[in-house]
Amino acid sequence: MAPSGSCRRRHDVVVTFAAFLIQCLNALQYGLLLFLVASGLTLIFGILGVINLAHGSFYMIGAYLAYALAPFVAGHFGGSLFATLAIGVALAVAFGYALEWGFVSYLYERDHLQQVLMTYGLILVFEELRSILVGDDVHGVAAPGWLAGSVPLGELMTYPVYRLFMSAICLLVALAQYVVIARTRLGMAIRAGASNREMAQSLGVNIRFLYRVVFAGGVALAVFAGMIAAPVSSVYPGMGNQVLIVCFVVVVIGGIGSIRGAFIASLLVGAVDTFGKVFFPQAAGVLVYVLMAAVLLWRPEGLFRET
Amino acid sequence: MKRRFRWLMRTLVFCTLAVTATGALAQGKIKVGFMLPYTGTYAALGNAIENGFRLYVQEQGGKLGGREIEYVKVDDESEPSKAVDNINKLIKRDNVDVVVGTVHSGVAMAMAKVAKESDTLLVVPNAGADAVTGAMCAPNIFRTSFSNWQPGYAMGVVAAQRGAKKVVTITWKYAAGDESVGGFKEGLEKGGGQVVKELTLPFPNVEFQALLTEIASIKPDAVYAFFAGGGAVKFVKDYAAAGLNKTIPLYGPGFLTDGTLEAQGAAAQGMLTTLHYADGLDNAKDKAFRAAYQAAYKSAPDVYAVQGYDAAQLLGVGLAAVKGDLAKRAELVAAMESSKIDSPRGVFTFSKSHNPVQDIYLRTVDGTQNKFTGVVLKAIADPSRGCKM
Amino acid sequence: MTAASGARSAWPSSLVTWAVVALIAAFPWFGGRFYVDLALTIMISAIFALSLELLVGMTGLVSFGHAAFFGIAAYAVALLSPAPGAPALWWLLPAAVGLAALYAAIVGALSLRTRGIYFIMVTLAFAQMAYYVFHDTPLGRGSDGIYVSAKPLITVAGHNVLDLARPLTFYYFTLACLVATFGFLALVARSKFGHALAGIKANEQRMRAAGFSTFAYKLAAFVIAGALAGIAGFLYAVKDGFVNPEILAWHQSGVVLLMIILGGIGSLRGAVVGAFAFTLLKELAQSEALFGTFAKHWQLTLGIVIIVCVAAMPNGLVGIASATKRRIAPILDA
Repeated sequence: MAPSGSCRRRHDVVVTFAAFLIQCLNALQYGLLLFLVASGLTLIFGILGVINLAHGSFYMIGAYLAYALAPFVAGHFGGSLFATLAIGVALAVAFGYALEWGFVSYLYERDHLQQVLMTYGLILVFEELRSILVGDDVHGVAAPGWLAGSVPLGELMTYPVYRLFMSAICLLVALAQYVVIARTRLGMAIRAGASNREMAQSLGVNIRFLYRVVFAGGVALAVFAGMIAAPVSSVYPGMGNQVLIVCFVVVVIGGIGSIRGAFIASLLVGAVDTFGKVFFPQAAGVLVYVLMAAVLLWRPEGLFRET
Repeated sequence: MKRRFRWLMRTLVFCTLAVTATGALAQGKIKVGFMLPYTGTYAALGNAIENGFRLYVQEQGGKLGGREIEYVKVDDESEPSKAVDNINKLIKRDNVDVVVGTVHSGVAMAMAKVAKESDTLLVVPNAGADAVTGAMCAPNIFRTSFSNWQPGYAMGVVAAQRGAKKVVTITWKYAAGDESVGGFKEGLEKGGGQVVKELTLPFPNVEFQALLTEIASIKPDAVYAFFAGGGAVKFVKDYAAAGLNKTIPLYGPGFLTDGTLEAQGAAAQGMLTTLHYADGLDNAKDKAFRAAYQAAYKSAPDVYAVQGYDAAQLLGVGLAAVKGDLAKRAELVAAMESSKIDSPRGVFTFSKSHNPVQDIYLRTVDGTQNKFTGVVLKAIADPSRGCKM
Repeated sequence: MTAASGARSAWPSSLVTWAVVALIAAFPWFGGRFYVDLALTIMISAIFALSLELLVGMTGLVSFGHAAFFGIAAYAVALLSPAPGAPALWWLLPAAVGLAALYAAIVGALSLRTRGIYFIMVTLAFAQMAYYVFHDTPLGRGSDGIYVSAKPLITVAGHNVLDLARPLTFYYFTLACLVATFGFLALVARSKFGHALAGIKANEQRMRAAGFSTFAYKLAAFVIAGALAGIAGFLYAVKDGFVNPEILAWHQSGVVLLMIILGGIGSLRGAVVGAFAFTLLKELAQSEALFGTFAKHWQLTLGIVIIVCVAAMPNGLVGIASATKRRIAPILDA
């Protein structure tokens, strides 16, 4: 029995408000997840000066790690979420370290076009290695039991707890990143290396080691993002490519090398994408690029230019 | 000199005989070209279809119409943009006799166009694009699966019967999605219901959250969703995670729950779907098929395997009628057109546009099975709009 | 193309070029159906690569959105072709190329304000916009693509003078387009306009100080490159009779960049060689004859080859050829 008159109007307003709130939460969650991946990309780009098209592949690796580690962790550590994340991140750091040493360090002297193409080749290599090692099936990853419920929002709608958890953890990681970069010696070294590499080197900063750490950190961020996103987005081939292109948009809007810019830009892109899908489903894909073009035409070097 | 001449002649004769013999032997094998997705979100479906096809050929001793079958495979990656190149590879480079494929409706339309233009025999073991047996129908194109309209229409009828007046549809924006929703709409409107909103997202995107929120705010009587493969897994899980399955029943064609129940788990329990196949069908052929498939491939078959199996059956019927002589195209086609396929899904025949005329069943999800719950429509043919055959 | 290639070496290299053209022209008479199709694909890719060479090699503008112009022209063919019946070539080709050039003018006018990596990203953004228009809106009919019902022809007084539905005619038409594009760009390179572009590539500030309005030159190059890409797109649509939004995807823009870097940036022959080498590489990597069941992982082979080639051959295949020539020259002279 539908409520009548002003009762129904109030009901509709409440429902609409609840829907709006949910869309805001969706936008926030998507934006924060983007930030994790984009911050790694902007750090690598800003500090190492390397355009890494394979960054989306790290996200994909993270998701597949979440899927592959689940049985292993269940067997040895009782299926703890944090154990899976810890192992995944540790593996990612090791992998990033090795990749920088073996491949990325050769890209520093190359021009942007060569970097783009070599890392494009790397995407193909990663995709096929994944295909050989894990196959091409689409997999679901279960969210841990204590996060699998839903929170009621309003009378009819609920919001999955896991997505709230995702937003929370992304926010924590963002805060941790801020603390590291702004308040630690490592962060100081990173900022020094970003503004003047030679000077930092002559002042005793081990640039080689620093670059390796930054790259490993960037990889770890992307892998971590993939791992926590796995229950929500499923694990499927080609998932890296979609994330990659949106992350590049975020990095460019925010300004290359600027974490603050990446944060604001991720939230902006998250909002445009989410609300775009609702209000302009046909134009949803285009809107993010229109946003980027508009920002670049207003500020050709992004919103925040890190000096 | 004379001896050398004799030797030369003998060698020549021997070589000619050898060549013609191998030529005849090579002519002995029929080349079947699989154009299926072996990677991507539909990979499991592609493999199931090939398994089903091969199972039937194996059961016939590796021969159809008295001739051995050899296989060539091309991975179409469910990419319509590469479809023309891929099928040209099979037809022009590998010179196959028959093309069997595919899953994705967009890819199948490109294949149908090329097959029609080059007059190559094409058997479609899944892709339901209405046009394949509609506007683009041709004597050399057959389908052993369904048209997107068929299960959709059946679900519309069921939804209307169950009192759904306001329904929201959601699917990927491509031919199969549009046509499935179209069929559903027709069935629903016939029963007095109405589709109030048609939500779509690009293939193979699986970010459903924003759309699920919108569904919740519209508060329809039911939701009709068409997804398959990996997307189906995710959608059903997300739908349950959003709490919608408790208040708004989710309907869909069987692809939403076929081959996906293990991954979907509790989220799919109790769901109603319509399809031309189900678990627990009471016919001998199905029982034999399932036992054989399980023994050969160590996993349970799904509707895709059945369709692949029936594709081989259809080809077998045709080849038997012409005794393996593919040159007798007209007789081959005539035999295939008039065949009655004893399929695990039940017996079916073909419409004039070469699409199956079959029963559509209602199924309920119970555990990891889509249990047969009744027949929705008996021997329904697809409308084949635009077919000029 | 360098000053060092004087009168003596210019003659043999153009002899080789003409020999290759003759070989391509004779190919349909001895190649199989599939390989003639492959040759057509290579020629179309070569035109596409040449158009990008104008931007990247001759003007120093790295565009990551060149596939948009290719795709717009292809879609124009599909959307403007009246069904049924064959459309007339004389207005369809200019229309398709014109639309591509129009979009190039808009994109160029807006993106040429940025430089470096930002220019790369803005061109990508505009290409993605075009992609999504065709992918998501009713205009492009979605991700399944559209069919071109009939191939264009030219009728003069009721007779079919040039009917592209006939395979041989289409083959030679494509070859003619390739030769014309190559010749046109070679002329541009030698012209004052081309020299200005080379100057802009070397040092734009100096050119501006010398009084050139570099923006106008860059925009002109951008539009011409877009138009030439449009020719390739037109041929593509006519060849298969099928267009799909993926031809505007950023992967396509990446692939064409790969082709010119593989062949060698800064050389027109490099663009053609790169298109040929890349297509062949893809075919070989996918060939089950060479790799057996591993052929389904052809992208791995391709990826590794790309990395190795870009790393080891900064001047591309043409660079290797001229390096070898330079090493052999003293031996030949002596």
